Amino acid sequence: MTPETAPRPETPAETAAPVIRARDLSLTFQTGDGPVHALKDVTLDIAKGDFVSFIGPSGCGKTTFLRVLADLEQPTAGSVTVNGVTPEQARRARAYGYVFQAAGLYPWRTIGGNIRLPLEIMGISRAEQASRVARVLEMVELDGFERKYPWQLSGGMQQRASIARALAFDADILLMDEPFGALDEIVRDHLNEQLLALWARTGKTIAFVTHSIPEAVYLSTRIVVMSPRPGRISDVIESPLPRERPLDIRDTPEFIEIAHRVREGLRAGHEDV
Amino acid sequence: MSDVTAAGAGVGRSAATGWIGRRVVALGPVLAVVAGILAIWYAAVPPMNIHWAASRAARADVAVSVPEGQSIRSAGAWALVLRNPGLIPATYTQDKPRLPAPHQVAAELWSTTAGPPVTSNKSLIHHASITLGATLLGFVFGALGGLLLAVGIVYNRVMDASVMPWAIASQTIPILALAPMIVVVLNSIGVTGLVPKAVIAAYLSFFPVVVGMVKGLRSPSAIQSDLLHTYNANGWQGFWKLRLPAAMPFLFPSLKVGIAASLVGAIIAELPTGAQGGLGARLLSGSYYGQTIQIWSALFAAAILAAVLVGIVGAIQTATLKRMGFGR
Repeated sequence: MTPETAPRPETPAETAAPVIRARDLSLTFQTGDGPVHALKDVTLDIAKGDFVSFIGPSGCGKTTFLRVLADLEQPTAGSVTVNGVTPEQARRARAYGYVFQAAGLYPWRTIGGNIRLPLEIMGISRAEQASRVARVLEMVELDGFERKYPWQLSGGMQQRASIARALAFDADILLMDEPFGALDEIVRDHLNEQLLALWARTGKTIAFVTHSIPEAVYLSTRIVVMSPRPGRISDVIESPLPRERPLDIRDTPEFIEIAHRVREGLRAGHEDV
Repeated sequence: MSDVTAAGAGVGRSAATGWIGRRVVALGPVLAVVAGILAIWYAAVPPMNIHWAASRAARADVAVSVPEGQSIRSAGAWALVLRNPGLIPATYTQDKPRLPAPHQVAAELWSTTAGPPVTSNKSLIHHASITLGATLLGFVFGALGGLLLAVGIVYNRVMDASVMPWAIASQTIPILALAPMIVVVLNSIGVTGLVPKAVIAAYLSFFPVVVGMVKGLRSPSAIQSDLLHTYNANGWQGFWKLRLPAAMPFLFPSLKVGIAASLVGAIIAELPTGAQGGLGARLLSGSYYGQTIQIWSALFAAAILAAVLVGIVGAIQTATLKRMGFGR
């Protein structure tokens, strides 16, 4: 098995329209110290059902790219569509669930209340809210914690609750910004496993930002390596790993080879600054 | 009131026994401070009152020892006390002492609360209830006004830039100078009685509420607000589901400061109006007739009232925040 390479996926193999399509996307922040090129000429397609990881050193624009997709930042040049429409239209259509670096749970709401928050805002009936809360809590293995307050849960459980909250309104796209960055290795492994199972079960399209090479390789069907100043894509690696991935797949030669390629890509991005 | 600054921290761990235990432990230092204050107070009474006791004794032909070449008037207080220890008991029993002893104030408090019927002009409870009415009405005005101003400041750019400096400036004007003018102006348009006092109380109590609520309404984190944006929530939902609940731990400390300030405002408002009733009127008449014991007991009544009001707000704070799940 040799890793396929697709450094510039301008002609995607998939015949279906991509879920996310970015063309020459640039975003420049004007700061007191002059312009900062957070993103420069980013071109990328993400197909339906893909699990795409974005990896790179801080300042490479991986979080910014995700925030552009979520309509939390506005690009300064280029174009981007989500489900074929602009990010703003996609946001208004509630096309995606967003998981942030921190759980961001509202401390005055129970876990169930936090998960109900998007459902209340979207005007979903109470009966439907209750059944959805029960369903997503089970998905993230938090059943029984509905009435607990966030402070009564560990950091890993809080992050799982925030994932349940993003799943509750059943958007087809999940945007995840370093959701496990603050957790320890063991908890992270467990959540990675759960996330893969969840992805297999739901068939969602997932864009996942991380700075951990093993995490990116373990989770993704595609790994986007980015480099800073200006933030850009330096390599796109198609994973040859099967979709079914036990944790010990990380000890196989294929896994180690991809991890090596990601590391090379990160290093190359650093050198040509 | 150490929990005024804690913004709801430490509210309600579950075990009730722990709560009682901590209260008992917390009582120790409080009692020690009270004992210290009483000791200093009792020690200060003889030198403060010795001159009057000495002149009274001299008039009754009792020998009073004064330092050589000095009269009772010109002698130092401590010198008189040390030379005439026999006069010390008399310093604790005067009718109009410069400094009444704690037990005199306590006896006056007791006789003016437990003694006369509460409708009587002699009853301190009667006066306290008049002041309390103005305090509560003013507090409601002030808290609601402060809340509305804070919402305006947080949501409106123009108000954000313009209101706060004026709110701060309003608090730098001495209320003692402003209160008579407010009373006179309101009187001239036919507003009398409770309302002018409540307006002055509100004037003092809105400010802490504005400051606390502006900070509270702005307290949600970027993640908490971005989250609502991704749900395409409207501004109304943002206020009720995020900003207002997030501001609750900031609201109550402001209300505690606000209700105490409201009481001060109500008392000050009673001074220039020549009010017939109220703790302020009691202070004023006490000072007209040199009734120091009456002044001190009115002061203590005000302090006790303030402590009760702040305590009630604190109890509502504990119950509300616990109910809202602000566990720690």
